Amino acid sequence: MASTFKGLPIALNLPQFENHEKQEGKYTTCYMCACRCGIKVTVEDNEVRFIQGNKNHPVNKGVLCAKGNAGIMKQKSPAKLQQPMMRKKGSERGTGEFEPVSWDVALDYLSERLEKIRNTDPKKLAFFTGRDQMQALSGLWAQQYGTINWAAHGGFCSVNMAAAGLYSIGHAFWEFGDPDWDNTKYFMLWGVAEDHASNPIKIGLEKIKRRGAKFVSINPVRTGYQAIADEWVPIKPGTDAILALSMIHVLMKNDLFDWEYLVRYTNSPYLVYNTPGESTDGLICRDAEGNPQSWDLEKEALVDGSLPEIKPALFGEYTSADGKALKTVFTLLAERYLDDQYSPAEASKVCGVAADDIERMALEMAHVAFEETIEINCEWTDWAGRKHDKFIGRPVSMHAMRGISAHSNGFQACRAIHLLQIMLGSVDVPGGHLAKPPFPKHIVPPIKPAKPTSPGQPLNSPPLGFPTCPEDLVIDDDGKPLRIDKAYSWDAPIANHGLMHMVITNAVKGDPYPIDTLIIFMANMSWNSTMNTSSVRDMLTEKDESGEKDENGDYKYKLPFLVVADAFHSEMTAFADLILPDTTYLERYDTISILDRPISEPHAVCDAIRAPVIEPDRDVRPWQEVLVDLATRLKFPAFTKEDGSPKYEGYNDFVINYEKAPGLGFLAGWRGEDGSKSLRGEPNQNQWQDYIDNECFFEHKLPKEHHYYRFANKGYLEFAKESGFIGSSKPIIMELYSESLQKFRLAGQGLYDGPQPKNDYDKHRMVTYFDPLPDYYEPLEQQATSSTEYPFFAITQRPMMMYHSWDSQNAWLRQILAQNYMYMNRQKAEEMGIVDLSWIWVESENGKIRVQVKLMEGVESNTIWTWNAIGKQRGAWGLDPTANESNDGFLLNHLISEHLPSKSADRAVTNSDPITGQAAWYDLQVKIYPAAAGETGTWPTFDTIKPMPGAEKPVSKLQYQTHKAVGLHRSMRDILTRGKTKRDDS
Amino acid sequence: MKLGLVVDLDTCVGCNACAVACKQWNTSGTTGPLTDLEPYGKDPTGVWFNRIRNYELGDYPDNKTVHFPMSCMHCEDAACVTVCPTGASYKREEDGIVLVDQDKCMGCNLCAWACPYGARELDPEEGVMKKCTLCVDRIYDEALPEDERQPACVMTCPAHARFFGDFDDPNSEVSRLSRERGGEHLMPELGYKPVNTYLPPRNKPNIPTYKNETNPIEKVKDWVNRLVAR
Repeated sequence: MASTFKGLPIALNLPQFENHEKQEGKYTTCYMCACRCGIKVTVEDNEVRFIQGNKNHPVNKGVLCAKGNAGIMKQKSPAKLQQPMMRKKGSERGTGEFEPVSWDVALDYLSERLEKIRNTDPKKLAFFTGRDQMQALSGLWAQQYGTINWAAHGGFCSVNMAAAGLYSIGHAFWEFGDPDWDNTKYFMLWGVAEDHASNPIKIGLEKIKRRGAKFVSINPVRTGYQAIADEWVPIKPGTDAILALSMIHVLMKNDLFDWEYLVRYTNSPYLVYNTPGESTDGLICRDAEGNPQSWDLEKEALVDGSLPEIKPALFGEYTSADGKALKTVFTLLAERYLDDQYSPAEASKVCGVAADDIERMALEMAHVAFEETIEINCEWTDWAGRKHDKFIGRPVSMHAMRGISAHSNGFQACRAIHLLQIMLGSVDVPGGHLAKPPFPKHIVPPIKPAKPTSPGQPLNSPPLGFPTCPEDLVIDDDGKPLRIDKAYSWDAPIANHGLMHMVITNAVKGDPYPIDTLIIFMANMSWNSTMNTSSVRDMLTEKDESGEKDENGDYKYKLPFLVVADAFHSEMTAFADLILPDTTYLERYDTISILDRPISEPHAVCDAIRAPVIEPDRDVRPWQEVLVDLATRLKFPAFTKEDGSPKYEGYNDFVINYEKAPGLGFLAGWRGEDGSKSLRGEPNQNQWQDYIDNECFFEHKLPKEHHYYRFANKGYLEFAKESGFIGSSKPIIMELYSESLQKFRLAGQGLYDGPQPKNDYDKHRMVTYFDPLPDYYEPLEQQATSSTEYPFFAITQRPMMMYHSWDSQNAWLRQILAQNYMYMNRQKAEEMGIVDLSWIWVESENGKIRVQVKLMEGVESNTIWTWNAIGKQRGAWGLDPTANESNDGFLLNHLISEHLPSKSADRAVTNSDPITGQAAWYDLQVKIYPAAAGETGTWPTFDTIKPMPGAEKPVSKLQYQTHKAVGLHRSMRDILTRGKTKRDDS
Repeated sequence: MKLGLVVDLDTCVGCNACAVACKQWNTSGTTGPLTDLEPYGKDPTGVWFNRIRNYELGDYPDNKTVHFPMSCMHCEDAACVTVCPTGASYKREEDGIVLVDQDKCMGCNLCAWACPYGARELDPEEGVMKKCTLCVDRIYDEALPEDERQPACVMTCPAHARFFGDFDDPNSEVSRLSRERGGEHLMPELGYKPVNTYLPPRNKPNIPTYKNETNPIEKVKDWVNRLVAR
């Protein structure tokens, strides 16, 4: 065939390698992790030939990570569930005795059971979803069912990041915001354990490295992204807040902060009552209409602090109209952080970062922010109608994730990082940290978590929301939690994502009450997504020996009925009473909705769909189709016409025609009857096809004047209101000082005019942790653990070639990583006489594990770490029982208790952030010691899970190809001349 | 033409995207399948044309982590070709790609011993040697859009740490990058004249610290309010 190479004609005698006539390129959205990149899938005879990044897609711009490239092996996994299953009558839960049932039998049984619960006490159904990318639907389903016991996995993932962002800047890291990769000159990456995001971070890092921007990484471990950092700062886990606050101390000492930015866009000049012991203490002084008060320097009077053109004092002490002492927010900040306890010398003792380095990094960032300011010429109009001719940028940006999030002080640590960004004037400005639509939102979004439930009725608001005061807690009149996970109780008042990690423990212990049915979607709560794995597994089979017996004469399980919906056979499905098999991501329709977890870019509103690229070969159904089916059977009002007939024919029909508010639906693109409208418009019956025709994504690019300062950008705010992103086009005022937190603190002090905690422990938590200013405190578990006895921090990292893709233990990816080791600092190990690749015991207050150790340089001396979720139960995920994952790999989870050490409280209290309920995975402290001679192999291990009836048998040899190879041949002449003669045809 | 790859060690984060993209494309490619043994069992192994090695340099805390992708260097004087007893291994005259004629290879493994880069992998099931083809079945395929006529590893790399092109053309991206960034050949002292180059990590940017001319603030009263209109 005649060919060209990069435009040059080359005559080559090449065969046709691919029969393109037999192939079809189809677009959809990846689901190998949570990034939701666009992919083009080449299909040949209903088999996948090749998956590549979609070059037009806003998220990944053509590239694709290792996981995305391994999609074929997810599709070929022998662990795929084949059909609905019920636990065999008379068999014990967890023994893997299942019998296939039809979908009709499964759904008839389930809907009958669910109807009974709904008509008696709907909160006896708990519905928790794992890596759910359609929370807008599952949340709506729970609301319509009428149970408050719904949440997704955010409570054990990253709620600290989302909550800290939404309570400070109105957006957050990752899904709600991104560094301005194209303009930033200084990038600080905090605690990213190679987790979110995948491709976008790699694309961004390359951009900044190419431009010569500086990349600083704060992380106890140097792998992955940290490998290419210009500076690696091995911090002690859980101490990031003090590092951030110490840098703020340095900025303050040097009078280095963006004065105008603070005055105009934050609550810095607001006046706060300084009335200790009174109910007003720490609240913002407001006029009769509720407007915050500031001191006007020209008028020398109190004024409405929300007005434009006032000249508010940033510093000072004033007096309210009724004679009470007031201070500006920024005065409180300065008083706090100028204190010597935040000096680099003092902070260094806590976080282990050298004092000189703390000072230098702060001053480097100040140099970039204030001496290398960017100006982008562009006319824009601010919230008060004033025209500006440029955007001023402070090109310092940051990103933070797991290492901040997974500590019980993570909410405040993340707030401290945002405060540092705000001090530098670098939020939503060129080169800084940019919001991604529909963010920023007003602080905080005006949605309150649902509280009352009543039989047969939907909830009057969504199960999850944003409390701003103790009245918003979901507790009864005695102060007891109403939710099964105790979210929005005194244990975790701002638990915006729920506490999925507590559901099984609480339900089995009947604390706060027993439930009837638990539905789990796509979460491995009996293995790597739970704390205290061994005990939780025992709980799942605990029977109530004081209760009634079932029809076989056996005591009932304390958790009576467990439904698992998933595409793969896991450690979790093994405990199910009913398994509803899902499709794979290549087999179904999905929406990646703005109503849910958006995939927007900073300068474009985006959403996307999945469309099936291959036909399922099993008796499986998409879970969202099952949800719509159940909603219809149970006659939820939103799914039922007035005459009682179903409103929607199925999921696809629902997505097109459901309107959250007039003109607003799950998909923002191609709205309006003829598909001509964007963001808002009537339902379009051709909407799915319109998406498919546009490679399965929608991108609404923002005009240049809406690119920055969106918290105060009139044009953008009006657009956002019209598009349903925010309820008002008023400016979004960033909150350095959180009055919401102060209200909880007042409640703890007994000064709040409203609900107050009753016992000393809760009072102490409110007073200590609900600090209206971000601050550092030692993580809770560590406060109660002896650092002498347990001197090491133990954490996990996410291998970037597997993060979020470990659900199928992919045949290609596991060749890269099938066993995790416990990594430790080489010098430290040598001091302790621990030898590379030897077996050691790692012991916490909760238990011990035996693991193989590997020594390395790139880890902080007092930290040990391992890759998360590599260890598997024998026989799970379609793996052979001899697989390395089950015999040499391990979980750290066994060492982590879901409760704080018992000496902490008079009752069992979740091992979580006391503000948000975020699971405190990384607070773990351990001791390590060599295993005895002959002690090898991972411990503990568990019985081998039986294969599902009808499961594919794992093969011992895999030779995947979609067509027979078309080979190239060397001519005999070329051989004889040893390649020294030109080919005849060249 | 002298086709080859440039790998930028300054931006490679060791994510393995290139390795898996290669596996995915080539298992259905011209020398496929790329057999996997015990894919779900103990010690899974398979044929890969591209593997990522990881190294640490220096002692803590002055250590650096380097991710180092390794595949065939398409040497100008390839030892693997020289030693091949059947003539199955050859270097294409027209573009310099080193290939193995799958029908002529008898799987004797001599070439793998000769290759100092560990770039060749014997498919134990098929009994033949396999290796990077520079996606010869992509780069000339006119049915593909022109910008996709690249090796799968280059197209997919999220950190854009991989480049493909003609080293004979001084104006090509690979030549320019190698020249400007000091691209290095791996173990040139062995004399096989590897074509691929590696770009070393860039020097750290030097960011000055802000120089404050005034006395440090000691207490809140040291600040004087400024008139800033909200």
